[in-house]
Amino acid sequence: MKNGIEIRWHGRGGQGAKTAALLLADVAFKTGQNVQGFPEYGPERMGAPITAYNRISTDPIRVHSNIYHPDYVAVVDETLLGTVDVTAGLKKTGAIIVNTSKSREEIAQHLDGYPGKVYTVDARKISVSALGKNFPNSPMLAAVVAVSKIMPRDTFIAEMAASYQHKFAKKPEVIEGNMKALEMAFDEMERSMEQDKMERSA
Amino acid sequence: MAIKERMSGNEAVAYAIRQVNPDVMPAFPITPSTEIPQMVSTYIANGEMDTEFIPVESEHSSMSATIGAQAAGARSLTATSSAGLALMWEELLLAASNRMPCVLTLVNRTLSGPININCDHSDGMGARDTGWIQIYAENNQEAYDNFIQAYPIAENEKVHLPVMVCQDGFITSHAVENIELLEDEPVREFVGEYEPEEYLLNPGKPIAVGPYSVSNYVMEAKKNQEIALEQSKEVILEVARKFAAISGREYGLFEEYKTEDADYIMLIMGSAAGTAKQAVDDMRENGKKVGVLKLRVFRPFPAEEIAQALKNCKAVAILDRCESYNGNGGPLGSEVTAGLFRAKVMIETVNYIYGLAGRDFTVGDAVDVFEELEDMIVNGKKVQQYQYIRLRS
Repeated sequence: MKNGIEIRWHGRGGQGAKTAALLLADVAFKTGQNVQGFPEYGPERMGAPITAYNRISTDPIRVHSNIYHPDYVAVVDETLLGTVDVTAGLKKTGAIIVNTSKSREEIAQHLDGYPGKVYTVDARKISVSALGKNFPNSPMLAAVVAVSKIMPRDTFIAEMAASYQHKFAKKPEVIEGNMKALEMAFDEMERSMEQDKMERSA
Repeated sequence: MAIKERMSGNEAVAYAIRQVNPDVMPAFPITPSTEIPQMVSTYIANGEMDTEFIPVESEHSSMSATIGAQAAGARSLTATSSAGLALMWEELLLAASNRMPCVLTLVNRTLSGPININCDHSDGMGARDTGWIQIYAENNQEAYDNFIQAYPIAENEKVHLPVMVCQDGFITSHAVENIELLEDEPVREFVGEYEPEEYLLNPGKPIAVGPYSVSNYVMEAKKNQEIALEQSKEVILEVARKFAAISGREYGLFEEYKTEDADYIMLIMGSAAGTAKQAVDDMRENGKKVGVLKLRVFRPFPAEEIAQALKNCKAVAILDRCESYNGNGGPLGSEVTAGLFRAKVMIETVNYIYGLAGRDFTVGDAVDVFEELEDMIVNGKKVQQYQYIRLRS
C-alpha cells in the first residue's frame, strides 16, 4: 500500500482491541478515507492473545491479508510483551504504543532493541479516573490517533463524540467519561511527543 | 444516489436482505455467518422489514423450511457456513432438483477436521455438484451486489434454480471496509415482486412438489435441470447488465485484471483476488506482464469462456482455496485444465492449494507464484504441477 498507513493491535480477548480497530476504521471513514478494520481470530476465549488490524489510505484498499510491516503497533495489554513478538516487522520509522504504568525507558527494554519510537500511555489509570472502570480501548484509540496523526485532534474528538452518541444511545451516562478518557490520553501523548521534540533540539 | 458507508461483509449482506425484504428466512446460527440472521432479526424486531423469521433447530431444518416456504410460493432464503452447509447436503439437492429459486448466503469456512472456524472454500466446493448456482465475492461490496442480483437470476423463467451467494469467512464477513450502497427503492424495483408461475398454495392450479419419479422420467428431469443451469449463464450476464445500469458497477462471469497482454495469469476466487491484483500492479512496475482472472461465477462453470480468456498467455497458476482429496488437484485446477484441453488451449498450468482454514495469503505469496511460472517458462524449471503454498515443512 503506497498512500496509507497500516496499524497492528495486540490485546487479549475481551479487552476491546478489535473494537478499537473497528472504531478507528469508523472515525477514519468519516474523514473521507478508505479504511479496513479486521480481527484475526485464534481460539475465541476471554484472555487469549488476539490481533486486529487497520489499513487507512486515500486509495481504494484491495489487499486482504494480515499486516506484516505495520507503521504503528498498539499493545493494549503489557503482559503480552513477554509472549508475543509485538515489534515483528514494525517499521523503524514508525512507533509502538504500549498501555502501561511503566516509563518509556523501562518498556523499551522489553522490545528486542526496536530502534523506532516508543510511547507509553497509562490507559488503565485514565480509564479508571475518567470512567470509573478499566476499559483501555478508548484511551488507546486516542493515543494511536495522536501518535500516527491520522487526523487532527479536533476532528477526531468531534467524530468520536458523534460515534459515542450513536453507540451509547441507550447508556448516555458513559459518553462523558469516554470523551474525557480520549482527551486525557491525547494530552498524555502530546506531552510525550513535545518531550521528544525538545530532546531532539537539545 | 449512492450511499457511501463502511460496514463488514455480514452487515452488507444483512442490509441487502433488508432492502430486498424476502418473505421467509429460516436460519440456524453458525460462525462466521451467525451475524446475518442476527442482524436480520434485529431489522425485523425494529419493524424495518417484515420477513417471517423462523428459528429452527438445525441447518437440515433451515434448508428444509426454506424449500417448504419457497414451494408454497414465498420468496425464501437462509444463511450458513461450513458444517451447517454440510448438514444441508440432502436438501441442497432437493432445492435444485425441485427447481426452487431460493437463495443461500454462504459465509465460507473450512470443513472439519481439524475443527477450525476460519476461511477456505471447502464448504462451497463440497456443494459444487448439488445443482446450485454459485457466485463468489472479493469484498463486502461484491457480497452486497451479488445478493441483490441473486433473486432476479434464480427466478428467471429460463433458470428456476437456487443461488448460493458466497463470501470469505472473517476475511470479508468480519472486516469493515468502505462500500457504496443503493437506496431501498431502486433495489426493490430491481428485484421486483415475486410472482411464481406455480406454487403449492394456489388452489386454482394444484401441483405436487417432490413426488417419486420412475426411471422413465428421471434422466429427462435431470437433463432439464442441466439445461437450466447452462441457460443461467446468459441470465447472469443479463442481470449484471441491468444491475450496472442502476449501480454503475459491472460484473461478468469472471473479471479479467490486466490479462490482455499478460504472459502469466493467476486464476483465483474470493478475497485473495484483491491481494493478487496488488501483486500484479507491483510487478508491472518492474515490467512484468502478469494478470489476474478472478472467477465470480463458479456454477455454472464458464469453461469455454475461461479457455478463451487464457489462450494467449504462456502459463496460468490456478489457485484453489480447497483440498478436494482426489489425489490430482483442487476443484478449480481439475475443471480449468479440463476446459483448456477441450478447447485445445495447450498452455502450461500449475495448480496451487492456498489459504486452507484461514492460512494467510499475501502479496508476497502471489509474487512468488508469478515468479515460479516465469522460471518454469523462461528457464525450464521443473515445477510440481499440484502443490501447496506456505506449507511448513
